[in-house]
Amino acid sequence: MKQEDEIIRRQRERARIMALLLGAFVVLLFFITIAKIGINW
Amino acid sequence: MPAMEITNAAALPADWRDLLALTKPRVMSLVVFTGLCGLLAAPELPPIVLGFTAILCIALGAGACGALNQWYEADLDAKMRRTAKRPLPSGRMERQTALHFGVGLGAFSVILMGLAANWLAAGMLALSILFYVLVYTVWLKPRTAQNIVIGGAAGAFPPLIGWVAATGHFAPLPLLLFAIIFLWTPPHFWALSLFVRSDYAAAGIPMLPVVAGIQHTRRHIFIYSLPMAVAAIAPWPLGLTGPVYGTSAAILSGVFVVLAVRVLDSRSADPKEMPAEKHLFAYSVFYLFALFTALVADRWIAS
Repeated sequence: MKQEDEIIRRQRERARIMALLLGAFVVLLFFITIAKIGINW
Repeated sequence: MPAMEITNAAALPADWRDLLALTKPRVMSLVVFTGLCGLLAAPELPPIVLGFTAILCIALGAGACGALNQWYEADLDAKMRRTAKRPLPSGRMERQTALHFGVGLGAFSVILMGLAANWLAAGMLALSILFYVLVYTVWLKPRTAQNIVIGGAAGAFPPLIGWVAATGHFAPLPLLLFAIIFLWTPPHFWALSLFVRSDYAAAGIPMLPVVAGIQHTRRHIFIYSLPMAVAAIAPWPLGLTGPVYGTSAAILSGVFVVLAVRVLDSRSADPKEMPAEKHLFAYSVFYLFALFTALVADRWIAS
């Protein structure tokens, strides 16, 4: 495999995982906020 | 620019699997479990999402410790068969990447713990990360055979942090849980170090079998297993737990001491002929899981 191809493949993989983690973090912060202000579901 | 063949793997962006490997997921599982048990054993439970976040922060803090440990010990890891295939010694990642990843993960875990749980738990988490990295990895481990005795405190923090995250204050039971893991760590690691001592010797790490000999280490495993057993059983007579935990702790600790006696009686110097040491090491992991499971079961039955 060429070095440039490998760099692009890894960057794409990491970008996908970072997007997933950021999305999960936003959801987590939302529920933390709900719990902190004391709303019971 | 013409495309080039891959010549230096470390110059590429780090693979996410290698970043995950930096966090030592297997070690993290025990840390997460004991932290979770500390939280579940607390008299008052936080909302599920806050409890989940507290445990997540403990896991991320443990991951940060693993990454910073591998960053600092990359040269030593390259000399040991057990660790030579890790991302840094095998040249798959820049050392600086591990440092940035570890510091970032550690800072993130402490801040999130403070926001989601409380700042006392966050302070404890920060203290445990700093203790593991600075006191154990940097200071004690390369200098003294007592490294694991004092350094064991770093791994003993999670149940204390879990409890403090749930309640916001200290209490005698989580302090005893801290003492149990603190006293469990030396026999656990010394059993391992007996059958991988050539690795430690090659890396120049002064583990007890390397500097004091095999029989001396076997004696110390037995000696340390006694106060560990006392600490494990103590919550029952002190009235902090019920008979479910007390009976389980007495049986589990009794078996631990019996296995430690078998190690004491062992005379083999060949790592391939150390069944007693390997049994004790494997059992010590089961012991901690079973003991903390019994603690949570006892608290839930009582409530």
